[in-house]
Amino acid sequence: MASEAAADCSNPFLNKEVYLRAYRIMLQARILEEKLASLYRAGSIRGGVFLGKGQEALSVALGINLRRGDIYAPLIRDQAGRMAFGDTALDTLRTYLGSLLGSMRGRDGNIHRGRPAEGYYPMISHLGAMISVVAGALLARRFRGETGIVGATTIGDGGTSTGAFHEGLNVAAVEKLPLVLVVANNHYAYSTPNMRQFACRSLADRAAGYGVAVREVNGTSLDDCLHAIGAAVGDARAGKGPQMIVGELLRLVGHGEHDDFSYLDEKLKKSSLGRDCLAIAEERVISRGWATKDECQQWRKEFALEVDELAGKVLREPQPDPIVEDWCALSDKRFLDSPHCYKR
Amino acid sequence: MSVTYLEAIRAAQEKALREDPRVFIYGQDVGEFGGAFKATKNLAKLFPGRVFDSPISEDAIVGVAVGAAIEGMRPIVEMQYADFSTCGFNQIVNQAATLFYRTGVKCPIVIRMPSGGTAGAGPFHSQSMEAIYAHYPGLIIMTPGTVEDAYSMLLEAVQIEDPVLFFEHKFLYYHLKAPALPTEALPAGKARIARAGRDATIVTYSAMLHESLAAAEILLEDGYELEVLDLRTVKPLDTDSILASVARTGRLLVVSEAWPWGGVAAEVIARVASEGLELLDAPPARINALDTPIPYHPNLWAAHRPTAATIAQAARKLLEL
Repeated sequence: MASEAAADCSNPFLNKEVYLRAYRIMLQARILEEKLASLYRAGSIRGGVFLGKGQEALSVALGINLRRGDIYAPLIRDQAGRMAFGDTALDTLRTYLGSLLGSMRGRDGNIHRGRPAEGYYPMISHLGAMISVVAGALLARRFRGETGIVGATTIGDGGTSTGAFHEGLNVAAVEKLPLVLVVANNHYAYSTPNMRQFACRSLADRAAGYGVAVREVNGTSLDDCLHAIGAAVGDARAGKGPQMIVGELLRLVGHGEHDDFSYLDEKLKKSSLGRDCLAIAEERVISRGWATKDECQQWRKEFALEVDELAGKVLREPQPDPIVEDWCALSDKRFLDSPHCYKR
Repeated sequence: MSVTYLEAIRAAQEKALREDPRVFIYGQDVGEFGGAFKATKNLAKLFPGRVFDSPISEDAIVGVAVGAAIEGMRPIVEMQYADFSTCGFNQIVNQAATLFYRTGVKCPIVIRMPSGGTAGAGPFHSQSMEAIYAHYPGLIIMTPGTVEDAYSMLLEAVQIEDPVLFFEHKFLYYHLKAPALPTEALPAGKARIARAGRDATIVTYSAMLHESLAAAEILLEDGYELEVLDLRTVKPLDTDSILASVARTGRLLVVSEAWPWGGVAAEVIARVASEGLELLDAPPARINALDTPIPYHPNLWAAHRPTAATIAQAARKLLEL
């Protein structure tokens, strides 16, 4: 774990500029998600709302270490990482609210958001499936002779139990690809606790089985996350093969806004894992003299105002129209299978 | 000189690799070994670094292909057996098949599926899975039944910007021969009249094409002239050609090696019933494999799948209605 002293002077992954940027993105993500929850409760959002409260530090630390040209396939609790990678509050709102102007045009929603042509891949719901897709993208980059790029993806503790997780990570290791895999162990896969999910000491122990380098990190500490993930991304970029990071933290909300979180263990909640990473980061920002409490409050107000305005704008935007929708799953119209008897 | 169905598949891949630097081949044992059926024989040597072995990880194999396709490559995946594609099913139907509709980004991958039964292959190396995949939007399903189509349709599949599942029949690999590789081809998505006739239409595809043609020969002895329509591509399904043939003959028998429930044969009959009921002089009929796992013993296997004799029997019954 990085010490305060290291954070202040010698750690190349921690400096005022990066830290403040990371903190501000975490704050933006938190405020945006609070707005999403409010819109959900008001009935403006169809489908689910899945929040990353408590996971912003781990998430932003990955996104902020990626560059233009890298590949990023986030998962459901990565609003902060997404915004650090370049996603916007506007496109998030558009996707949740089903705006035709959003990147998914109402064809997919909420956290299933991305722009693959820009290296930002939209997840499917089947956990672990994005790991091999990112590996394939990295293979393509290798074919093209590109070096110094990384592909990053994330997963939760539950997702590590899937076959796709195993196959994807193994392929990345066999091909020695610059893949960074961040595992957020938030201690619940929906409602299932760790003890019903895996039997090893730590999910980090699995990395050795794949021949993959691993770092364990306190996921509630932005300092630690920036340090560990910065080092992992650097190693991947330098050609040291796949890197895995396991962040220990606690999801501070239910699986989705529909979930009352009744299964939360109070002891876990009161433990150090239950601390709010955003509050910890804010304390560090203030204690290091990088911003005042008033400035943090002011940023919070500004972001909230911005998100409110964006939500108002998006709520007035056009929704998809089934009449003009092309209802075509293929890019090449010559191969459409559309007999008269299918038509309505 | 002649070329087998399997050699045509190998030749198409060699040509694709030679002409398009975006093409690579990925799958189990496809590298130096040349594939379980030798469909990639010597290709790793001819194209270093572009034909390589995967771990036994069907899910990841397809996931890798999708990621590479997003980044501009043209991967050809070899499933060692179509049966094993169930282990990669999720990536095929939920990742590859949905990508374009969801994001507008194309997914030009080809998945080669060595399919269908051979004597002694048993329940897990014999399946015909085209209907399962045809069920999902976003996939093109090719089922070549001739050497010429095995070659030309595979080359076309590599050019297509959408995911193509290429169901090549193992029974045809070594025995089916043509004088030479074709120089021109009917486009994918178009059915072909393999044999013209006036009394009934047999709609079929893949290895059943040859059983159906043999059945037509048997019935010729009784004075019946059967038309045999080779679908070539089951999705898209060339409904117009099917209806045109049924309009000429008034009778329809659909032959498929796959299981009967919800399959290609059922879909063909549903379409003819919906769009051309008035064209029929008798209820449409189908003959499929029996509704059990595919048996190991050659005696059982031969009775499990449609054959020229059972197709002829079904056709005779249809003609006598």
